[in-house]
Amino acid sequence: MTDVQVWVWRGDASGGDFMPYKVAADEGMVVLDVVHRIQAENAPDLAVRWNCKAGKCGSCSAEINGHPKLMCMTRMNEFPAGEHITISPVKTFPVVKDLVTDVSFNYEKAKTIPPFKPKPKDSDGKRRMYQEDIDRVQEFHKCIECFLCQDVCHVIRDHDENKQSFSGPRFFVRLAALEMHPLDTNERIDLIRAKHGLGFCNITKCCTEVCPEDIHITDNAIIPLKERVVSAHYDPIAWALRRMRGKKDEFVPPEPKPPSA
Amino acid sequence: MSEIERHEYDVVVIGAGGAGLRAAIEAHALGAKTAIVCKSLLGKAHTVMAEGGIAAALGNVWPEDNWQVHFRDTMRGGKLLNNWRMAQLHAQEAPDRVLELEEWGALFDRTKDGLILQRDFGGHRYARLAHVGDRTGLEMIRTLQNTAVAKDIDVFMECTLRHLLTDGERVSGAIGYWRQSGKLITFSAKAVVLATGGVGKAWRVTSNSWEYTGDGIAMAIEAGADLIDMEMTQFHPTGMVWPPSVRGLLVTEGVRGDGGTLRNKSGERFMFRYIPEFFRADTADTEKEADAWYEDKRNNRRTPDLLPRDEVARAINSEVKAGRGTEHGGVFLDIATRRPAEYIRRRLPSMYHQFKELADVDITKQQMEIGPTLHYIMGGIRVDPDTEATTVPGLYAAGEVAAGMHGANRLGGNSLSDLLVFGRRAGEAAAAYSKRAGAPKIDEAQLAAFGQGLEAPFQKGGDENPYAIHSELQDTMQELVGIIRRRDELEEALVRLERLRARAARARVTGSRVYNPGWHLALDLDNLIGVSEAVTRSALVREESRGGHTREDFPKTDAEWGTKNVVIRKRDGHLVLATEPIAKVPAELRALLGDDKPTGEAATGTKTPVAAGDD
Repeated sequence: MTDVQVWVWRGDASGGDFMPYKVAADEGMVVLDVVHRIQAENAPDLAVRWNCKAGKCGSCSAEINGHPKLMCMTRMNEFPAGEHITISPVKTFPVVKDLVTDVSFNYEKAKTIPPFKPKPKDSDGKRRMYQEDIDRVQEFHKCIECFLCQDVCHVIRDHDENKQSFSGPRFFVRLAALEMHPLDTNERIDLIRAKHGLGFCNITKCCTEVCPEDIHITDNAIIPLKERVVSAHYDPIAWALRRMRGKKDEFVPPEPKPPSA
Repeated sequence: MSEIERHEYDVVVIGAGGAGLRAAIEAHALGAKTAIVCKSLLGKAHTVMAEGGIAAALGNVWPEDNWQVHFRDTMRGGKLLNNWRMAQLHAQEAPDRVLELEEWGALFDRTKDGLILQRDFGGHRYARLAHVGDRTGLEMIRTLQNTAVAKDIDVFMECTLRHLLTDGERVSGAIGYWRQSGKLITFSAKAVVLATGGVGKAWRVTSNSWEYTGDGIAMAIEAGADLIDMEMTQFHPTGMVWPPSVRGLLVTEGVRGDGGTLRNKSGERFMFRYIPEFFRADTADTEKEADAWYEDKRNNRRTPDLLPRDEVARAINSEVKAGRGTEHGGVFLDIATRRPAEYIRRRLPSMYHQFKELADVDITKQQMEIGPTLHYIMGGIRVDPDTEATTVPGLYAAGEVAAGMHGANRLGGNSLSDLLVFGRRAGEAAAAYSKRAGAPKIDEAQLAAFGQGLEAPFQKGGDENPYAIHSELQDTMQELVGIIRRRDELEEALVRLERLRARAARARVTGSRVYNPGWHLALDLDNLIGVSEAVTRSALVREESRGGHTREDFPKTDAEWGTKNVVIRKRDGHLVLATEPIAKVPAELRALLGDDKPTGEAATGTKTPVAAGDD
């Protein structure tokens, strides 16, 4: 068996550097196998998150040669022999140690999303939904919360200051899933604009490109949400209807200016 | 011991898979101050990997289905070793638990009438599994996670609880550490719900993640609880076998449920040679009937490809041992020649993706190579069927960590429903207990001793690599306590486990306490080895073959053993084993089961090739 060499970022919040490691290669090996072998043989305290090792849980996100990827789904044979391979933690979130980052941003944002609120059941006590009406939402439900879309999103990747007022592609997918759920009745459109910062997104589609579940984040979630926000806020008929239904317009802060890409 | 962070709750739920989340939602709804404590990030627990579906007799596809049929299938699949009351409650309540997920936003695949679609699975008479393609677990965990978050239940993520605290007989809380900071943390709790799953990481070839280190089972027995059925381990028949990187990774039973079939290297559908007497009346004996069953269940019997998992795993093992396996020691699973590519991609998207990305196999064109993989443990903590109370006051257990529901073998799809049904019941009972129980006293001496034990690996200056010990443990259990067992091998396993235990006490830990997987593993080894010993000792005691426990030296299923559980408890630091009678099924339910009992000889395989048809 030949050896593989990789450079793994080792360090913590105070700083760190890439360290070279060489381990034996196996057929079919993925990057996460290499990291595990390094732990077992060279660096027992090398910090890494993982769970399913099958692309289903979204734990082992990292940047491999600078590209946001799941370590468990990145085969070593994707790299030409002799290529310098680096493995580093995702950049958008603060480093805890080595490949592990503090992703609590995402769990805090999740708490701010108004939950699912279903309409009443059919008269016979059943719920009926048709497959073609839920296909789109099921696409959004494929999200494994790997947060690679969050990592690659330039609104927060290079601008910590935007994190307060921007929830990121993962939560636009979540919001879209709720908004397009055939049974849901909750109101979120004002919040999507005012609190989750949808206007920051200038649809560069970086999130869509890195999604390991192939969710069409920009086309199927973000753009339709933008359209809903526009028709709710800038369509005079919708505005008048809302006034007639007695719903007060909440204060909506001005649209934040997107940072330059 | 360094300073320790302290919290106080009515109910602490350990584990955030399906059972833990469902328990916490219930306890919280009943007004108990509730915490969820989990080793990984929220939403990453093992439930997320469940593929095929949730078994519940909704009757949406086959109106003939009802809880009685589900009860019968579950009990017969478990070789009648199940706790009948758990099997009954499960079959009766599973439909409501599934519909409840829909109320919380879950989106299952639909029938043409707009209802929840159900799919075929092994051992279930009717298409019964509510599902979302082959990613049902993801839908379930995300729905429960979002519900728990919306209800603002406190969650302690990446926090490992390692010991239960006791106040006299009763449980009083737990102690462990934050994985990120390495700092100690303790909970005072009136009631604790264990929902920590199984112990698959003791085996080499397993579908389980790193979290499956037997924590809950180890903590419970330490605190004085009884375990039962620990010898009953499930080898799922279809795990990936090639390349080595993915060995053991699960291939959903849904492949066979949706029409896939098993073949040996000569292309023979060998399962027809392995139909046991107990299932003969329900199982097709020709390929024609088996294939017709998918469309017409009224006039055809079920394909033997969908016999219960223990039967299929043993059959595959026998084929491989007889020299009829594939190049890499598995058999073939073929759906490519049986269903259109578009159907396969729609019904089994993650299987398609998994094989394509990790094995360079296109399952719409090629056969999969598969073999048994350790998937589940039917045994675990003994619980009261209605409340999930363990034998320790204030301590509850639900999901894979608890025992009884599945008997000697679990049917596919019955796990996700088990998590919901008994998670809810455990949460309800724990909340009720916390209302009537006073505040527990924390035994500071016990707390300090546990705390020092957790920090000890840094101070001991050991000379053993914890990863190497873990790897040897996996080889030991794989080789000696695997799918087919023998007295001499089990005894050898006990000797090796003792040696590994001594080495684990000298595990070397380097680096800081911040997110240190070497330290975490060094602490996990105790649980892994302790629970492995319980499995091995139980396997030695049960001198018969039944369900997930096959003895080469006792290949027959013995009616007498069918009336007993092997019980384990810890007394004075040692495991004590006993056999105790299982609860008798009441007459009205017995009538649903049929008069026959599992009999005959388990296929244990042979190392010398035999002609097809011989066994």
